[in-house]
Amino acid sequence: MANDPSIQARVLLEYPDFRLDVDLALPAAGVTVLFGHSGSGKTTLLRCLAGLERPRTARIVFRGAPWQAGPHFVPAHRRPIGYVFQEASLFPHLSARGNLEFARRRADPRDAGVDFAQAVELLGIGHLLQRRPAELSGGERQRVAIARALLIRPQLLLMDEPLASLDLPRKREVLPCLERLKAELGLPIVYVSHSPDEVARLADHLVVLEQGRALAAGPLAELLSRLDFPVHLGEDAGVVLEASVSERDARWHLAKVVFPGGELWVRDGGQALGERVRVRVLARDISLALGHHDDSSILNSLPVTVEAIGADQHPGLALVRLALGESRLVARVTQRSATHLALEPGKRVWAQIKSAALL
Amino acid sequence: MITALHWQAIWLTLKLAAVTTAVLMLVATPLAWWLARTRSRLKQPLAALFALPLVLPPTVLGFYLLLLMGPHGPVGAFTQWLGIGTLPFTFTGLVIASVIYSLPFALQPAQTAFESLGPRPLEVAATLRAGPWDRAVHVALPLARNGLLSAAVLAFAHTIGEFGVVLMIGGNIPGATQVLSVTVFNHVEAMEYVEAHWLAGGMVAFSFTALLGLYALNRRAAPLSLVN
Amino acid sequence: MKRHLLGALLLAAASVLPAGASADAVNAAVAANFGGAIKRLAPLFAQKTGHTLVPSFGATGALYAQIRNGAPFDVFLSADDTTPRKLADGGGALADTQFVYARGRLALWSATPGSVDDKGEVLRRAAFTRLAIANPKTAPYGQAAIETLGALGLLERVQPLLVTGESIAQAQQFVASGNVPLGFIALGQVMALAPGERGSWWLVPAELHRPIDQAAVLLAGAKSPAAARAFLAFLQSPEAQEIIRGLGYDTPTSEATTP
Repeated sequence: MANDPSIQARVLLEYPDFRLDVDLALPAAGVTVLFGHSGSGKTTLLRCLAGLERPRTARIVFRGAPWQAGPHFVPAHRRPIGYVFQEASLFPHLSARGNLEFARRRADPRDAGVDFAQAVELLGIGHLLQRRPAELSGGERQRVAIARALLIRPQLLLMDEPLASLDLPRKREVLPCLERLKAELGLPIVYVSHSPDEVARLADHLVVLEQGRALAAGPLAELLSRLDFPVHLGEDAGVVLEASVSERDARWHLAKVVFPGGELWVRDGGQALGERVRVRVLARDISLALGHHDDSSILNSLPVTVEAIGADQHPGLALVRLALGESRLVARVTQRSATHLALEPGKRVWAQIKSAALL
Repeated sequence: MITALHWQAIWLTLKLAAVTTAVLMLVATPLAWWLARTRSRLKQPLAALFALPLVLPPTVLGFYLLLLMGPHGPVGAFTQWLGIGTLPFTFTGLVIASVIYSLPFALQPAQTAFESLGPRPLEVAATLRAGPWDRAVHVALPLARNGLLSAAVLAFAHTIGEFGVVLMIGGNIPGATQVLSVTVFNHVEAMEYVEAHWLAGGMVAFSFTALLGLYALNRRAAPLSLVN
Repeated sequence: MKRHLLGALLLAAASVLPAGASADAVNAAVAANFGGAIKRLAPLFAQKTGHTLVPSFGATGALYAQIRNGAPFDVFLSADDTTPRKLADGGGALADTQFVYARGRLALWSATPGSVDDKGEVLRRAAFTRLAIANPKTAPYGQAAIETLGALGLLERVQPLLVTGESIAQAQQFVASGNVPLGFIALGQVMALAPGERGSWWLVPAELHRPIDQAAVLLAGAKSPAAARAFLAFLQSPEAQEIIRGLGYDTPTSEATTP
């Protein structure tokens, strides 16, 4: 995808006990996730992009149009954005349909975007339209809020931890809608989250924030394969591969996915042949061997080249970045094994991948 | 027992309360909106100014209005320049006096209603391309509806009971300024207690019903805080 | 020996005090038109008797209602002579103490000099927008104003232009503030103003209305009857009557020659 820096965000914002100071260039395409723990400034940055906050010093340009530059400030209602808040924030005096109509009436039909029926279908809320927000569950409310934001026909969709206030079952209900949204609409999205799982499933571009500063920014694959990833992901450390389903084995209920540089056998998740999927390979699920073994229970054994070795959180462990064609993997091994196998950049080894999850 | 003059006073009182309430809602609603949202340094002194009629004796209010609206006062000079004479002893003058007198009773519930909205509904509206006027009319007003209704009922009931101000600038003119409260007073002064009982009793019944209705209304909505 | 000394001391002390023992307050209910006169009479009264006059002003009818309902006054200075009699009939006052302390004259008054001619033509022309009077139900001067208008055949024409004050004092105030161009008030109120500030007026001929005999009476519930009687006596004294005449009232003891 084009790494076209079409959202420039240079923001300096100071509150008595907080300071946001970033200078970012984000792609105006795909999903950019602002990742960090609470207090990192990710929501504040999102609100600055929306025009809901006005930092004293900022330069925000979207596809060449300045939204804030010097004294020039475009207020929120004039920016072509859609915004989904953490708590759905539906208008209580209107039904679900009323909320959607509120947006639809204010959209310019000449702008690109979905119409009423499409939004309802995409979010699966057709049966909820007459109800008042108080009669909807959290997940239902959030889906209506997302549909409402889409109906304004935005050029940029901003989402502030839309799943954070939902319990697991509701998250499972809404997340696929977001994935569909991403796949079917081609609308650039800036998405705030502190969940590595959401990052893995949705992000194309990642910005890591901590205490008001951007620690890292870049394409997902590249960032996740950094050994010095600024936020300790612990058990979540690992890469995400963009792949497509090339084969399905009905007998063993397995599917083969192909990505640039290699292929993997994974559990069959019901995807169609040719369907594009994301595959998550956690560092803890990769072990390294000097030779190729097919006499173990591990299904996947791939030839890789060691690129770099770095320290992990625990002194006894190490993270190893591996190159597989264009793709990168990250493995976690013990320091002892690294020494024992004489791992060093350039060495060719075999990566044994115990399990990979289809997202 | 109720004479034609009494019916005239009743009709006048209702008319005064209705007109005052209508004017007041037009004036107080945007004022309350501004007070609820502004961070200007003028907010405190202005809020105190508008709350003055709550604590000032109505006769003080009436006294100053008499001077201001009289031919030697600035308002009086203005109205004379407009060619409409002076305002004391006229229904219009009474409406203006009533609006000032009942202002805080409309302003406070309305302001509270707007404040309790919080910033979120308006932010949502802004992200849905709603400009400031659009937000005020299509989001703030409907959400604050109950508080505004309370403000109107309160202003109406309060104007019905207005006395001190009327005494100062009314002049007892039947059909123009001789409202119920003054009529009751006149009957008492003249020891006509039967008439006084009829009118006063009727007013008590009316006010009670109005308040009952107000509380019933608020039971359905968020609790209202009355500042007295 | 000691007892004699004590007795002598007490006697000496008693002789220093004025006769009549300690100074009392006299609570007086006074008709509103007499305010100016009271202002001049009260200090003289205090000087002569050592008692303090505490006046409350209002419309005659209003004061009557208050007294009937137990207001703690000692004396009642009415603007007519029927109300005190009514009070005495009901047992609220001592009938044999009633006397006329002043005879009131009605004036048509404007705060602007030269506005009212001294023949009252301005009234007959009826070119004014409003006319202030006191409430005729509660103020004898208001009643006199209505009678005057009736006698002049102007009542029907002027009725819609009337602005009614709660008392003669409020009627005066309406005119003084300029809010009403003309009003019927007591001559005594006009005279109570400083010579340069009296505006213009027409003295209404006494035959156009029933006489305004202002009577005073001792109230049955008086807390300080001795001091109260002293005040009533003072009212009838030559000095007091002179002051009253000076303010444009006639007095029963002599006919005033007012212009």
